[in-house]
Amino acid sequence: MSALALEQVTVELGGRAVVDGVSLAVEPGEWVTLIGPNGAGKTTLLRAVAGLVGHGGRITLDGQGLSQLGRREVARRVAVVPQVPLMPTGMTVHEYVLLGRTPYVSYLGRESRRDVTAAGQALARLDLGDLAGRQLGTLSGGERQRAVLARALAQEASLLLLDEPTSALDAGRQQEALELIDALRLDAGLTVLAAMHDLTLAGQYASRLLLLSNARIVAQGAPAEVLTEPLIAEHYGARVRVLDGLAVVPVRPL
Amino acid sequence: MSGRLWVVGAAAFLAAALLTGALVGPVHIGLGAALESVGARLPFLHIDTPLTQTQESILWDIRLPRVVLGALVGAMLAVAGASYQGVFRNPLADPYLLGVAAGAGLGATIALVYLPNGVDFQKVLPPAAFLGGAVAVAAAYAIGRSAGRGSGGATLVLAGVTVASFFTAVQTFVQQQHSDTLQQVYAWILGRLPSSGWTDVKILLPYAAVATAGILLHRRLLDVLSVGDEEAASLGVNVGRVRLVVVLCATVGTAAAVAVSGLIGFVGIIVPHAIRLVAGPSYRLLLPLSVLFGAGFLVLADVIARTALSPAELPIGVVTAFFGAPFFAVVLRTSRRMASL
Repeated sequence: MSALALEQVTVELGGRAVVDGVSLAVEPGEWVTLIGPNGAGKTTLLRAVAGLVGHGGRITLDGQGLSQLGRREVARRVAVVPQVPLMPTGMTVHEYVLLGRTPYVSYLGRESRRDVTAAGQALARLDLGDLAGRQLGTLSGGERQRAVLARALAQEASLLLLDEPTSALDAGRQQEALELIDALRLDAGLTVLAAMHDLTLAGQYASRLLLLSNARIVAQGAPAEVLTEPLIAEHYGARVRVLDGLAVVPVRPL
Repeated sequence: MSGRLWVVGAAAFLAAALLTGALVGPVHIGLGAALESVGARLPFLHIDTPLTQTQESILWDIRLPRVVLGALVGAMLAVAGASYQGVFRNPLADPYLLGVAAGAGLGATIALVYLPNGVDFQKVLPPAAFLGGAVAVAAAYAIGRSAGRGSGGATLVLAGVTVASFFTAVQTFVQQQHSDTLQQVYAWILGRLPSSGWTDVKILLPYAAVATAGILLHRRLLDVLSVGDEEAASLGVNVGRVRLVVVLCATVGTAAAVAVSGLIGFVGIIVPHAIRLVAGPSYRLLLPLSVLFGAGFLVLADVIARTALSPAELPIGVVTAFFGAPFFAVVLRTSRRMASL
């Protein structure tokens, strides 16, 4: 059974189809990355999978219809790492990671010992133990990213949605973050659906790429099949050279 | 400093403020004598009060009701302000944001102007103000909801500003038409704690208790809301429902407080922010501390209001701003924590 399946999923915002008839399946433990130009519908597609925006068609998580699941039930299965997370500056890293346990705490209840333990394990897994008492406003970009990942990990969801997880990081931190996510995927058995702009990195970490353009999937397959010069020229309007089937290098027009 | 230590400290501050409020006044009543008088009213202790009948009456019928009322109003305004700032993620939000003050002002003005002479205003003003405040907030909510959903409460805030302007305009119009009541209306708008025995305490207590309890129960969820509507929803929280319930509690409590005390500004903004600066932004600690410090702050402000120009009284709103603003400036300067929501 697929971890995530979409059948003819459509999302309309302001009367316009931002996602139009998208079908796809992501197998358990797989890493699938959505690529495509700005406004292609990548973020909206992720939001639909997280149940944050209404959709037409059918989305299933482990065979269960998303629309039949309650909000908290969805949050236990799907963790979202937003492109620009809102991080309250005065909140400590520990308090922030504990927020990941929200779907397990009853409406007016408090976190149990089990929740505190899970948050502690997430902190330790991301080497944030020493920073637990630090305020979010004092963290570097890489540390912030790790705190967001720790919150998602504390959620103990099997599907991880990443929206541009590396856009705010330098080259070294980008690599570090993606390696970390891949390691988490392997030891926690997570399924990853990401949206990324950096095509080279997208190809390096995903087992499959989906090229989204104008709300539709226009190409999919192994990175080498999707990262081709004609496809990128057509949908991004960019002149690139693809080296070794993986490295996408922009070329200046003569 | 740990959370528990903060709560103990805040409770001690409130106890000291209550004692000060009960003991300070033109008629001297000593600490020991006051405590013995309290003991005399407790069962099984068999203590006799050392106070004269007049002193007993001053302590139990004049000072204590006023002190308790001040504590209730201060607690309500501070905790309502803190929760408004939380659900709207707006540091400038105060309990009057959605038009409670303007609506209550209009209700009180209409009562003062149009009711015949001989009516007991002490009895009529609170319900009239409460009704006006409730109508204003209901109007703001209806407009905000019809205008936009899922805008993080921003349209609701704008609707509140709109309704408040409209109600204030009507209130000013009515007031100018009947300039003979100007002074009464003005005195009400400046805010004061009445010395009318336990009646007002009995009016406010049920509303304040239910509203405060409702808000405190949501303190963990207010922390979740601080990461934004979208992320809170992705963590499984029904953001709209939490916002509605918290705003409802804060508004009902504020309307009841305004009804008995008029418009006391500043408490709802300054107390929560001062606490954020020294104790951090987590609502789990911020909300209980707002209750305790807000109560103590207003009781002390009232002591100044009734002693500074004795036997005349200063409007308490003047005191809260005159002493609260410099105090907040000092906290702002010396604090190393960043103010954040």
